[in-house]
Amino acid sequence: MGEEVEQGKKRTLRQTLFIVGGMSLFVFALVPMYGLLCDLTGLNGKTRNEAQEVVDVSPDTSRTVTVEFLASVNESMPWDFRPVVARMTVHPGEVKQTSFLARNRTSTEMVGQAIPSVTPGLAALHFKKTECFCFTEQKFAAGEEREMPLIFMVDKDLPEHISTVTLAYTFFDKQKLVD
Amino acid sequence: MLVTKTKRALTAAAGIAALFGATSAAAEYGLNLTTGVTPISREAYDLHMLILEVCIGIGVVVFGAMFISIIKHRKSRGVQPSQFHESTTVEILWTIIPFLILVGMAIPATKALVAMEDTSNADLSIKVTGYQWRWGYDYVDNGISFISSLATPKDQIYNKAKKDEHYLLEVDKPLVVPVNKKVRLLITANDVIHAWWVPALGMKKDAIPGYINEMWFKVEKAGTYRGQCAELCGKDHGFMPIVVVAKDEADYEKWVAEQKGEAKADEQAAQRTWSRDELMARGEKVYNSSCAACHQANGEGVPGAFPALKGGAVTTGPVAGHISLVLNGKPGTAMAAFANQLSDVELAAVVTYERNAWGNDTGDMVQPSDVKAAR
Amino acid sequence: MSTATTHDAHHEEHPSGLMRWVTTTNHKDIGTLYLLFSLLMFLVGGAMAMVIRAELFEPGLQFVEPQFFNSMTTMHALIMIFGAVMPAFVCLANWLIPMMIGAPDMALPRMNNWSFWILPFAFAILLSTLFMEGGAPAGGWTMYPPLVMQTGNAFPFLIFSVHLMGISSIMGAINVIVTIVNMRAPGMTMMKMPLFVWTWLITAYLLIATMPVLAGAVTMLLTDRFFDTSFFNAAGGGDPVMFQHIFWFFGHPEVYILILQAFGIVSQIIPTFARKPLFGYSSMVYATASIAFLSFIVWAHHMFTVGMPLTGELFFMYATMLIAVPTGVKVFNWVSTMWRGAMTFETPMLFAIGFVIMFTIGGFSGLMLAMAPVDFQYHDTYFVVAHFHYVLVTGAVFAIMGATYYWLPKWTGHMYNEKLGKLHFWLSTISVNVLFFPQHFLGLAGMPRRIPDYSVQFAGFNEISSIGGFAFGLTQLLFVYIVFKTIKGGEKATDQVWEGAHGLEWTLPSPPPYHSFSTAPEVK
Repeated sequence: MGEEVEQGKKRTLRQTLFIVGGMSLFVFALVPMYGLLCDLTGLNGKTRNEAQEVVDVSPDTSRTVTVEFLASVNESMPWDFRPVVARMTVHPGEVKQTSFLARNRTSTEMVGQAIPSVTPGLAALHFKKTECFCFTEQKFAAGEEREMPLIFMVDKDLPEHISTVTLAYTFFDKQKLVD
Repeated sequence: MLVTKTKRALTAAAGIAALFGATSAAAEYGLNLTTGVTPISREAYDLHMLILEVCIGIGVVVFGAMFISIIKHRKSRGVQPSQFHESTTVEILWTIIPFLILVGMAIPATKALVAMEDTSNADLSIKVTGYQWRWGYDYVDNGISFISSLATPKDQIYNKAKKDEHYLLEVDKPLVVPVNKKVRLLITANDVIHAWWVPALGMKKDAIPGYINEMWFKVEKAGTYRGQCAELCGKDHGFMPIVVVAKDEADYEKWVAEQKGEAKADEQAAQRTWSRDELMARGEKVYNSSCAACHQANGEGVPGAFPALKGGAVTTGPVAGHISLVLNGKPGTAMAAFANQLSDVELAAVVTYERNAWGNDTGDMVQPSDVKAAR
Repeated sequence: MSTATTHDAHHEEHPSGLMRWVTTTNHKDIGTLYLLFSLLMFLVGGAMAMVIRAELFEPGLQFVEPQFFNSMTTMHALIMIFGAVMPAFVCLANWLIPMMIGAPDMALPRMNNWSFWILPFAFAILLSTLFMEGGAPAGGWTMYPPLVMQTGNAFPFLIFSVHLMGISSIMGAINVIVTIVNMRAPGMTMMKMPLFVWTWLITAYLLIATMPVLAGAVTMLLTDRFFDTSFFNAAGGGDPVMFQHIFWFFGHPEVYILILQAFGIVSQIIPTFARKPLFGYSSMVYATASIAFLSFIVWAHHMFTVGMPLTGELFFMYATMLIAVPTGVKVFNWVSTMWRGAMTFETPMLFAIGFVIMFTIGGFSGLMLAMAPVDFQYHDTYFVVAHFHYVLVTGAVFAIMGATYYWLPKWTGHMYNEKLGKLHFWLSTISVNVLFFPQHFLGLAGMPRRIPDYSVQFAGFNEISSIGGFAFGLTQLLFVYIVFKTIKGGEKATDQVWEGAHGLEWTLPSPPPYHSFSTAPEVK
């Protein structure tokens, strides 16, 4: 019996270590899985930070949606940042352009990264950006002021009950991240 | 047997519920959840009472059976223990019945949740930003924008003065909203996660840096409603209250006009030259609400965490460096940039104050125009 | 199989003095070490709770600054969860599982030694942060970024100590699994195992599945801070909310890690003093397993306010409500076990009954918290604080104390002082309710948790709560006294100890031999 028990112990030990190892890998796999889940469900209003192709450009003129723009800077970054217009009325399927104004108040060059966020979360899936200053880092010389364009479309499968979509950008100081 | 028990449970539940009802009339004792002043808060309250009653009902039955057993089935009464140890019927019953009760509770809960999450067709949007440790409000439609911070004096917190009725729940500038309008809040944060919560409005939402969240409310009764940050956000988490003042349509319009007028007046004030006494008086106020939390009212800071301003290198050094530091903050430290939080007048005043208070006596005076130029 | 003679020879081998405890691989010695360690941590964490309750005694700042207050709440939670309650359960596992399943010792004795001796180092590191620049961690035991990133020099020490605690728990859990799966006496089938063994087995699986998740999450925090990764930093494409999802994916099973064995303990104690077999043994096993399973799919009910889509909120609300069903089954089974028994009320039974009542109260408030639309009001208030203290203090801690009274005579061979035990129970029960019941009202009235100071409207109940807190804290010194007095001596305990006790551990002498069963007993 002794031998059998020893064998059994080793087997169970292997199994449990396998679970521990598997779960240790699984937790890191959660990171891409979470990203995927956000892309699929608009969880947390995460929206793509890359250009999306717009194929169908025939607007649905029977319906209007209000799009609101918000701008913030993180950790009181010394930049002024605001949308040129606070809100727009658009038809689903219509390609629209607007812009945001930013100014680096400091006397040094700075690099910022704008992070978009959409609410309600479900609308994030249907808010397509074809051109956005958030796709890349933005370098601003000392005291530089610049208008940055945004071209977007709210697509036609935006759920019926959503009448207002809010797009918020937050500028993060990129150097601070590296420091 | 079961019927009488249920009946007994229901009467007891109703009795306890009545007790709660009676005390909620005397709300200042704060025994129960507030009914609040919005459709959402009322729905939350009704659901709360429903679950509470169901729980009390189940509790009365279960604890009742247990106490009967404790009183009757004790060895000292000479009873012989029965040896039964299973009954499939009973076990299935007490799996299914709770399940059905849960389904019964899930239905109204689902309805309420759907209503709460419906932020469409709002009349007014306000952006709310959580800062360590104050709130910022930006009215999306009319450009009104201000910071709202704790107005309770330090003396009250440190027990040197009598505490007000609204101790820790008073702010310098409350959020003002119109009654009977659907107000949508767009919530984000500047540094760490905060949560915006006013119990009477029935809703709480996290403010997350880089992300935007939304919630809505429709206040049905004019009045002042108070709440607090509800997510641990560091040292002064307990000191960033929220005050919402709901006004009738006309009063609200008047307030909006006043705000716009004030903004204009501020602009004009920034044009003129301020006297030393004016700057010092205003500066002290600004210092106490925006700076004293870290640098302390006596300017001595907290060793190892927040530098002293009394005799500090910056406050007694070049004026331009001082202004720039207050405007833009110091990256990597707790020193925030105040450019967007304070006006030119306030900044000029606070810098002047810091350069002349606590024996700093540099004699420097900073005018709003100097700040404007430095921006 | 070893014979009685070789067993006796082994018995004499172990070194004496301090080295006996450092090098021991004996399950009883290690169990004792765990018991003493968890008692020490219970007092340390309790002292921190006293600081919290002292500061909250009245409005205004009296004793500590807000930053230190936040350190106290953070450290109190970490110490009580990982230092007091979890090691206490491992103590019970070590002492009891081999005796209950008829084994000589734990399966992996050397690993058993490590898993204990890691703990003092982990907590020495954690406690040393109190003296570091920037203070001890103050961002809450949940360690949410970005706030936790503002921790001073203590940050890497916090992460490292959490890693060590995790390694220790994983090793303890593996040992439990390997022992239970392989070392049961002949005839001891799975469905004949005592419920305490069952609940520990299920908990051990929860532990090995979730502790790596916690370790991974805090590792990501560490790399975010020191190696420029952006798991949780929005600027680099990360998401602070993802930490909350990962943390609670660990955190909710962790909640059951802290309570399932308590269910097991109560299921051992109640039949003994009701002199009647446990009602619905197999449904107890299935209920425990379903609670364990459900614990993996309810995590987001801790974060209803982060702004999830409606469908997500609905799913987590329904799944959470479902947990009430198997939990209810357990409570009904306990009550049925008492029904028509012949009960006596010695201290362990008092704690078990106290557990059933007060844990159920905590369960009720848990059900209320599960309802998302009302949770928006309850979330992060004292209502939540009241809820989880009912579940963890009058739940887990009461069960542990009940277990101590129940098995201490077996371990030491001495009866504890019954009068003092009962006094301890009644003082604890009264004071703990004075301490935590008013916190329900505070939460409903709108007092947020984790604040060092509060508005005057909350003053009355906080004062009552603090008085209850001091009384509960002082009462526990009585517990320490009773335990040490019983270890030192007392009335001789019989082998069976309790008239109605059944199970293999009661067939051994009191105190049991160094190696529990060197000859495997036959289980019919």
